[in-house]
Amino acid sequence: MMRLLRLLVLSAGAALVLFPFVFMISTSLKSQSEVFSAGLQLIPVTWDAAENYSKAFSRIPMLQVLGNGALVCALIVVFQVLFALPAAYALAKLRFPGRDALFALVMLGLLVPIHAISIPLYAAARVSGLLNTLAVLIMPFTLSVFAIFLFRQFVKAIPDDLILAARSDGLSESAIVWRVLLPNAWPAASAFAVFSVVAHWNDLYWPLIAISKTHLATPPLGLLFFRAAEVGDDYGALMAATVVVTAPLVLFFLFAQRLFIDGMTMTGLKG
Amino acid sequence: MQTSLAARLRRAEALAAWRLAGPAAALMLLLLLLPTLAILVLSFTDAELGASEITFLGLEAYTDLLTDRSFRGALRNTAVYVVLVAPASILLGLGLALLIEAQAEGRAFFRSVYFLPVVSLLVAMASVWQYLMHPSFGPINLVLRMLGFAGVNWLGSSDNVLYALAIIGIWQSTGFNMVLFLAGLTAIDRTLYAAAEIDGARSAWERFRLVTWPMLGPTTLFVFTISVISAVKVFETVATLTHGGPAKASETLLWVIYREGFVYLHVGTASAMAVVFIVLLLVLMLIQTRVLDRKVHYG
Repeated sequence: MMRLLRLLVLSAGAALVLFPFVFMISTSLKSQSEVFSAGLQLIPVTWDAAENYSKAFSRIPMLQVLGNGALVCALIVVFQVLFALPAAYALAKLRFPGRDALFALVMLGLLVPIHAISIPLYAAARVSGLLNTLAVLIMPFTLSVFAIFLFRQFVKAIPDDLILAARSDGLSESAIVWRVLLPNAWPAASAFAVFSVVAHWNDLYWPLIAISKTHLATPPLGLLFFRAAEVGDDYGALMAATVVVTAPLVLFFLFAQRLFIDGMTMTGLKG
Repeated sequence: MQTSLAARLRRAEALAAWRLAGPAAALMLLLLLLPTLAILVLSFTDAELGASEITFLGLEAYTDLLTDRSFRGALRNTAVYVVLVAPASILLGLGLALLIEAQAEGRAFFRSVYFLPVVSLLVAMASVWQYLMHPSFGPINLVLRMLGFAGVNWLGSSDNVLYALAIIGIWQSTGFNMVLFLAGLTAIDRTLYAAAEIDGARSAWERFRLVTWPMLGPTTLFVFTISVISAVKVFETVATLTHGGPAKASETLLWVIYREGFVYLHVGTASAMAVVFIVLLLVLMLIQTRVLDRKVHYG
């Protein structure tokens, strides 16, 4: 009895959560007149999928926008790990003057989000002629203090003997970082990668400020351009565009659910 | 000889450390510390983008801000949004986690379904919600009318717009809170439940009150802080759907910072707002640390 009740509540909740997705897909297949008149009918009477989806790809350079998003997210993650892991190793395992000051800076960084400091970053980008480039979408995020913080905790837990053994085998300090620590900190690195990709794939604030050209937009900004280019209430085409920009990360999630959920859990609880 | 060798080793270690941490330290200075200091300095001025003269206003910049009706409105709207979204998404997240944890079948399925909004592009899903909430042909109003209720003007009325945005916010963030609570629940030692039962905790509610809730303390605190901070940062839905309207009813903190800085180009005012924003986040984190130190240590 309790089991059935639980199943019922969970199913009702799941239906509520899926409700927007169902209507998003259904509406992306409908003709404009049907969107206005069909009510709650999910299966279209006349299929207009081809027209809606061709609008989604032609009204803005959709493939390029998706490519921009993928490239920007990938490069951000690579740079973040590249800069953060060595710093985390130094903070966790080495003694050096300035270590406490550096860690204080990391803690300050955890407090200050990009939204609060976007004005000076924008001014710097404008002066150096970087506005409206893909580089400007990446540069402010090359350093993640959160990555340093997370990796430092992980590196701390790695036994000193492992590092001493690597050192007596003649490995340089940077070889220790990439060949000993990275494999051992892999759970943290992949969790962080998931967290970072989800955050930057979704980010609208900085692209909105730094980019005004459609072909340089990332998916969220591209969708705003799409909405601006739209005439009237063409919800069929708009829903087709939302399906296209939502699909990549959702598919990625469906294929790697454990990675996503564990990654977001670990970064969520450490943050 | 001994001491000089030790000193040489220490120097070598310091050198290696700075070689490793140097690039990150330089980027932190450039991308974090300098911009933060710049914001602080600019916040005391009337700087405008493109204007040649800057006047130092001192604390007046802040007293101006606190009497600014639009900024006060944004603070109030953000507070209302946080009060609507954070408790609801925390309680729903906890409830779902408890249900899923107790459920034998379909556990992975439900977890994935509820998590789906977290990985869905928010700007896109906001557009979907705009369609769902359309006053005349939106499915939500169609269902309401079918059930005999009047349709609601969700996003187009200044009375309802914050509630509409809050519904989207709750829909989007509940799944994230749920997986955090699930992780917290898995970490609870099963033997505690057996012990509680021996001590006479027979009902499910008693076991929750005596074991689950206290053991979840640290998780709940984390979820609370994360939820409040991410609700304070609401921006995507506002920028996509309402632009702060109608009649400024959905102007939120980040929206007015963005508008002052990048639409009106009032750099000084936007900087002062940004400082208020940072102070707000600082207070939230201090509350978390204080509570964490005092109350919720069980582990």
